[in-house]
Amino acid sequence: MPEYRHGTAAIRALVRDDAVHRDVYINPELFDLEMERLWRSAWTYIGHDSQVPNAGDFYTVNIARQPLLMLRGTDGAVRVLLNRCAHKGSKILGANSGNCGKLLRCSYHGWTYTLDGSLRTVPVKSGYADTRFSESEAASGLTPVANVAVYRGFVFARLNPSGASFEEYFGDCLSSIDNLADRSPVGRLEVAGAPLRYMHNSNWKMFVENLNDTMHPMVAHESSAGTARELWKDRPPDAPIPMVIEQFLPFVSNYEFFDKMGVKIYDNGHSYTGVNFSIHSSYSAIPEYAAQMEAAYGAERAQAILGESRHNTVYYPSLTVKGAIQTIRVVRPLAVDRTLIESFTLRLVGAPPALLERSAVYNRVINAPTSVVGHDDLYCYRAIQEGLASNGNEWVNLQRNYSDREKEGGLLGTHNGTSEVSMRGQFRAWVAAMTAGGAGA
Amino acid sequence: MIQAVGDDKTLIEFVYHEARLIDEKRFDEWYDLYAEDARYWMPLMRGQPEGAGHTSLFDEDKLLLKIRIERLRNPKSYSQAQPSWCQHILQAPSIEGRDAARGIAVLRTPFMYLEYQQDQQEVYAGVAWHHLKRGAENILIALKKIELLNCEAALPSLQLFP
Repeated sequence: MPEYRHGTAAIRALVRDDAVHRDVYINPELFDLEMERLWRSAWTYIGHDSQVPNAGDFYTVNIARQPLLMLRGTDGAVRVLLNRCAHKGSKILGANSGNCGKLLRCSYHGWTYTLDGSLRTVPVKSGYADTRFSESEAASGLTPVANVAVYRGFVFARLNPSGASFEEYFGDCLSSIDNLADRSPVGRLEVAGAPLRYMHNSNWKMFVENLNDTMHPMVAHESSAGTARELWKDRPPDAPIPMVIEQFLPFVSNYEFFDKMGVKIYDNGHSYTGVNFSIHSSYSAIPEYAAQMEAAYGAERAQAILGESRHNTVYYPSLTVKGAIQTIRVVRPLAVDRTLIESFTLRLVGAPPALLERSAVYNRVINAPTSVVGHDDLYCYRAIQEGLASNGNEWVNLQRNYSDREKEGGLLGTHNGTSEVSMRGQFRAWVAAMTAGGAGA
Repeated sequence: MIQAVGDDKTLIEFVYHEARLIDEKRFDEWYDLYAEDARYWMPLMRGQPEGAGHTSLFDEDKLLLKIRIERLRNPKSYSQAQPSWCQHILQAPSIEGRDAARGIAVLRTPFMYLEYQQDQQEVYAGVAWHHLKRGAENILIALKKIELLNCEAALPSLQLFP
């Protein structure tokens, strides 16, 4: 087995223009390097600012093996800090979320910090007299993550001190977040309650790739969506269609449908399917909502916002967004074969309750650990995870609609929807991040 | 008032019977225990309020239950290539109340639920609430609400019916 930490040649050899070596999914050393290089150089999704509406509200996450906390300060700003007491390293907040009051206080020796992370008090401070304490790392308080961006309420951070700016990293792909937020008549979103948390015993990249894989639904989801179609087909045509049926049926659309949907590729591994239309395009209208949107934006602009029906947008590597149904899925890699997927339901502030109900139903039926759609997806990821142990063929084929034009700028832009070009784009970003700066050479 | 739904013993036996039908995969008989407007609900949050404003782990009407049952029989249900099996272990149900006006009896049943597939066995626990009513011939389930102990936790695929 090659050794990947030193030098870049072994990593470069894993990614061809139209295929990747199996080690990217199953090699634990590569997973370690992904956490150190790719995930710390990327702008990763932390959380939504609506999860911390008031001063002292916090939300804790772990990104690239870093315990982090997102915290609303007394100045109203949202900060991301390392969740580590400056003294002996204890996590300063142990709960998943809550309100810490006006100060953060360590559970061990009672050091306290203001909400911007500055060290406020140390018990019996006289013990540090004449110790040059002010020169210590501890005196600086909680370490902030320097590079944080809040975009339409979405909080991102880049853990590496240097690298691409937020705008450079995501570019025009941010239009999917814009479209999602614009669907609120007041342009604001709120996280609605707890996320569905689904533990995947598979590599994180299988999930991310699958979000723009449009050749699997009619196969993997025939048993669920196909059963829904069978149970519904004998109903009278004028019978009101239940929301779940409306959501299930497009999953078993034919290949032509998914091909014409289109996929758009951006730099740095980002992409979205549903350029022209998507599985979310034909939901029943909610007239009260349409009227609200027209009143808020004017007819033309409202039509432009609601006319977009993007399927899945991948904000590589940590976030996927479904604007048309107001759900997001957050990718938290835990080990080479273990990934937590958290699916949040979003409320369009100011919109009728029917919109939230539709999102809540979709999230449950499609993304929950109890979802018959999710079961078959995870089965496929797990089957890959185990199947890749096979010797004899060590390559994963990503050749569908490949063209040599992709080498000279042809990768970016819009392609036919069933192309595997989004995966090729992801691995181009992957190899660049994994070999940046000679990477330990 | 007891006659409105059934005597204590009948109601308690009904709850045991419902779990047994799931464990033995007698899904058609199980499906028939549910009233036409029944709800099979497993909230995502402790103390989750009623209503559509929050998503859930299960929130099935009879149509969704039917889709699940038929899917389990579909040879293209790949996640069931190696079938799952489950086992309910129930504490004795207690009768928590009777609503004579609505003809509803409410039972509370602490449970353990085990789900097994291909060398993996998952253990769940919680409290099941049955709202039972009298149908034309049988007792029917109006609502089964399952409060899972670890409802907020990261869960693996949960494929059958707690």
